[in-house]
Amino acid sequence: MPVALFVTCLVDTLSPEVGRATVTLLERLGVEVEFPRAQTCCGQLHLNAGYPEMASALARRFLDTFAGYEAIVAPSGSCVAHVRAHVPELAADPDDVADRTLDLSEFLVDRLDAHDVGSAYAGTLTYHPTCHSLRILRLGDRPELLLRSVTGVDLRPLADATECCGFGGTFALRNADVSTAMLSDKLRRVEETGADAVCACDASCLLHLRGGLERRGSPTRAVHLAEVLAT
Amino acid sequence: MSAAARDAPRLPFEQSARAALEDATMRANVLRATTTIRARRAAAVADTPDWPELRAAGEALRQRALLRLDELLVRLEAAVTAAGGVVHWARDAAEANALVVGLVSATGERSVVKVKSLTTDEIGLNDALAAAGIEPIETDLAERIVQLAGERPSHLLVPSLHRGRPEIAELLREALDEPGLADDAVSLLAAARRHLRDAFLRARVAVSGANFAVAETGTVGVVESEGNGRMCTTLPETLVTVMGIEKVVEEWDDLGVLLQLLPRSATGERMNPYTSLWTGVSPGDGPRAFHLVLVDAGRTRVLADPDGRPALRCIRCSACVNVCPVYRQTGGHAYDTVYAGPIGAILQPQLSGERGTAASLPYASSLCGACADVCPVGIDIPRILVHERAKVVKAARPGLEGRALRMLGRAFSTSERYERAQRTARALQRPAVRDDRLRWFPGPLAGWGRSRTLPGVAPQTFREWWEARDRGA
Repeated sequence: MPVALFVTCLVDTLSPEVGRATVTLLERLGVEVEFPRAQTCCGQLHLNAGYPEMASALARRFLDTFAGYEAIVAPSGSCVAHVRAHVPELAADPDDVADRTLDLSEFLVDRLDAHDVGSAYAGTLTYHPTCHSLRILRLGDRPELLLRSVTGVDLRPLADATECCGFGGTFALRNADVSTAMLSDKLRRVEETGADAVCACDASCLLHLRGGLERRGSPTRAVHLAEVLAT
Repeated sequence: MSAAARDAPRLPFEQSARAALEDATMRANVLRATTTIRARRAAAVADTPDWPELRAAGEALRQRALLRLDELLVRLEAAVTAAGGVVHWARDAAEANALVVGLVSATGERSVVKVKSLTTDEIGLNDALAAAGIEPIETDLAERIVQLAGERPSHLLVPSLHRGRPEIAELLREALDEPGLADDAVSLLAAARRHLRDAFLRARVAVSGANFAVAETGTVGVVESEGNGRMCTTLPETLVTVMGIEKVVEEWDDLGVLLQLLPRSATGERMNPYTSLWTGVSPGDGPRAFHLVLVDAGRTRVLADPDGRPALRCIRCSACVNVCPVYRQTGGHAYDTVYAGPIGAILQPQLSGERGTAASLPYASSLCGACADVCPVGIDIPRILVHERAKVVKAARPGLEGRALRMLGRAFSTSERYERAQRTARALQRPAVRDDRLRWFPGPLAGWGRSRTLPGVAPQTFREWWEARDRGA
């Protein structure tokens, strides 16, 4: 039974390496991956910015695109959270898409029962749980279970881990100053761990963290869980 | 400084927040205080095994009361009246203020003692009293501090939370004319006691808010830590209580749930030090006259919107405020409302209409969801924030953001358009991209670019990689 990759518009366009790593990892585990090309965006951006009608059109499109797949896997917690919490309501369709759409770590741990995916990564990491993965998906310790089984990885605890990094979609633009203050606090905590890289399950938060790290000239990198597990 | 703070121009959140971020002392005070309170709350909740059940019960009883508000308020009026109280109804702030001024004036008194009341802050009662030549004396210490400083409260529970002890000492030395007053907490509290005790003993009229009112019995309640509220509700001859109409609950037993939820969520205590409950008047005990002023001031407007209505369940515990990463950066004065923080960001625009500075409040959030996790009455604050944003969008002319999102919406409507948009953006960005990062940030992206890099459209998008791989296979 093939699995549909919901790569998300952000990964597709801005962080394709995260999509490639997700495919590499899943195929290594023997999963047949399909990429329904009709997919575009789930509509999270539009709903959160106050445009529910546009989000409804995208929600209906999402259901059409992914109809028939038993598992729809995405490397982005907030997009999965949007599908799970809002897409059926926005599309006015009682589709079971909420049960079928999974974050990568959920798919690995809950569906494949794979805690050790046979990865080796030489380096120190700290894990940032990201708000929607933490509070809407309730990923719990799934990502850290996966990370701890990676050969060679040194996982460092992150202080104030559950604090938001300040991204929040258009929040980072409209309230750029507050967003930047939140990001500075997060990056200070990341740098305090001494880790080579901060790891997360959400490509959009990672875009934000990486943007801040690069701008301050930090040697610390921002990597997606898929990129660590695909190595 | 004090008058300036109070008469500061009314700015949208993003602008006042920018100014607040410059105030390092205030931000340190806010961070320290909220960190302490939320840790206490977390410990108290962890110590309550039936917390999920209590929360569900609190949510249910508050929602039930809202759905039957018309009936419960009439029952409350009947019960209060039967117990010797007088009930007054106010459509808006102006009516409420005129009622209270009239009631106080009728006693002939020229000053009143006050229990901290957010509702009277909301309607601007102190200004109305002062305009009528009546001096309002706040008796909650933190509220008294902001009153002496001429400031607005910055926090639901601790109005002076933005101020540190040294600043408060400086303020009291001047305001109480005690130049020798030391900075330590015991000296400051003793000075406040001397100052307030005198006001209590002279007061013949008090104005209070109410945390709850019970329709079944006509009982009104105030929950507090200092005992100053108890002084106000028992010593004076006349007590005027100003209460938003949403504060009513159906039965006495409902207090059994709320009085467990509130102190744990507010101060991290299993029980608050003072819970004052009174039913009308009792001969020979407490005030001889009791007036209950029920204020709408936009609440029926909130009630009429099923998606925004849960905001009225709020019991003003401030748990959402203390965990909010935005509030913790800016403090409360950045929000142009007495209800600073996440709850105010959904309540104020609904109360006053989604216009002016209130229209900026639903955007004062990264939608991180920390507020929803701690709300003792299950208000899904992020959901209502997004709902309020949609109302703001509908009420305003489409700006740059609206046009950009409409363009994106069209691009996302078919994969052909989407792929064409990716290619077009990649062609257009060419002069602006170096080493796969944007060198300048057009229009709405400018704010991002001040502190963050951004990659351009990837040289090879994921779907281009997938197509190429398919062809190669």
